[in-house]
Amino acid sequence: MVDLSVNLGGIPLDNPIIPASGTCGFGLELNEWYDINILGAISLKGTTREARFGNALPRIAECRQGLINSVGLENPGIEKLLAEKIPALRAIYRKPIIANISGFCVEDFAFCAERAEGCADIDILEANVSCPNVHGGGMALGTDPKVAAEVTRAVKKASSKPVFVKLTPNVTDITAIARACEEAGADGLTVINTLLGMRIDIRTRKPVVAASTGGFSGPAVFPIALRAVWQVARACRIPVMGCGGVSTAEEVIEMMMAGASAVQVGSANLVDPMACKRIIEQLPEVMERLGLKDLKQLKIN
Amino acid sequence: MANERTFLLTAVEPVATATWRLRLSGDTTGLCRAGQFVMVSVPGRYLRRPISVCDCEPGLLTLIVKVMGEGTAELVSLAPGTPLQLLCGLGNGFDIEATPRDKEAMIIGGGVGVAPLLLLCKQLREADRHVTAVLGFNTRADIFLERELEAAGADVIVATADGTAGCQGFVTDAIRMCSLKSDYFYACGPRPMLKAVCQQLRQAGEVSTEERMGCGAGICYGCTCQTTDGPKRTCKEGPVFKKEELVW
Repeated sequence: MVDLSVNLGGIPLDNPIIPASGTCGFGLELNEWYDINILGAISLKGTTREARFGNALPRIAECRQGLINSVGLENPGIEKLLAEKIPALRAIYRKPIIANISGFCVEDFAFCAERAEGCADIDILEANVSCPNVHGGGMALGTDPKVAAEVTRAVKKASSKPVFVKLTPNVTDITAIARACEEAGADGLTVINTLLGMRIDIRTRKPVVAASTGGFSGPAVFPIALRAVWQVARACRIPVMGCGGVSTAEEVIEMMMAGASAVQVGSANLVDPMACKRIIEQLPEVMERLGLKDLKQLKIN
Repeated sequence: MANERTFLLTAVEPVATATWRLRLSGDTTGLCRAGQFVMVSVPGRYLRRPISVCDCEPGLLTLIVKVMGEGTAELVSLAPGTPLQLLCGLGNGFDIEATPRDKEAMIIGGGVGVAPLLLLCKQLREADRHVTAVLGFNTRADIFLERELEAAGADVIVATADGTAGCQGFVTDAIRMCSLKSDYFYACGPRPMLKAVCQQLRQAGEVSTEERMGCGAGICYGCTCQTTDGPKRTCKEGPVFKKEELVW
């Protein structure tokens, strides 16, 4: 028997698999496809201070080995998350809940963190300073080390919960942002969010998504995510949740060898709602094949 | 209940210009609600394709695919015998009971939007509703399902934009010219057609909408549309919406 359990900055997980924010709704959406209690944890859809409809349609563009989304943080707002979404999820789900919070300024993040503080069902806060789909905020906050650190400090000040900052790959040096967040008190980092991308319909000569650009994700970004995880894990001491293009158990192990303490699975859920379940079921077999008894201390030689 | 199933492609037949009928064999238990759709995995393509169910009999699923791009072109070029992974039972489907018993239902389709009307027609007839089908196409070569709908018991009116078959004009012109009456309507087709139908017809009705989808499974919120009842996912709370819910 192999041991799938991992420790994410002091929080024990039965296994390292976490559906990434935006690819599992608020939990119940995914629970329609399988019992989500098999997951290591779950990262809920990005939530803002006020409810948002998100961007105009279309919001999806297919790419080779991936997709572009410009959903634009559609969500019911932090109050509804706390009053309705999380209690409904907690009623059927016993594992750790990661609440992903986003905003357009430092105060937005502080507000959401403060409100979330009173919710005992939230185990981890994930501060999303890297959404490429909202103007005047989101990713802009995560591209400047000073601002990313400011957001981190504000969230830490407002909350006693472990805070992971979700980083964007759309920067010159991701380690500079990562170190700034670590110094500002982040308990961990999620690496990476989507890459800014674009497609044009050559018949209509219009961008495929109404917002023109969106976040590119899927198997094509895996090598980029892996590299970023490896760089950040070497540059920082705090735990990293690896995220980006993971769709197989082998890639989970590869991501952990690069330095991830747990692994988020994103786009794969959109192609196959059972993706996380399949990966969790495949992990023991792959570990046995590799002679791994557990997933702790996986390193590259 | 939505779930993933494997079907075997048994036949691919042309039915109109760039339009193909795919016959698939597999377990269809519990999947036969008219107006629902499936997400079809196309080998070599990342996202699945949402395709409405045209007909469903025990063990046999019929889909109509209009070639719109590379993915659909590849789908219709697959050889019979190819296994296909489908997410099945997606979306809410049409509400048969919305037409009062023994009353007249009008089913209106435009282009490839005609596809889900066959199963809808069969279910309305089984439930003892009278059915008039109004089908709109650009030209004669685009016409499909006319005979199948007649065989299923519908009075069928065809309109072509260029007048090469049936009434000349759009479905709304045909409804006006033929003075077609009904107690309730169901429509599926391009958005301008749906808008015109909803504005012209005084009676209650519902329409099946189309949006570019990510997962088709209610997870990604890529296809959320605004309705008079707040934002709704086209793939989950839709694709069929009541006339009064739609925001044009």
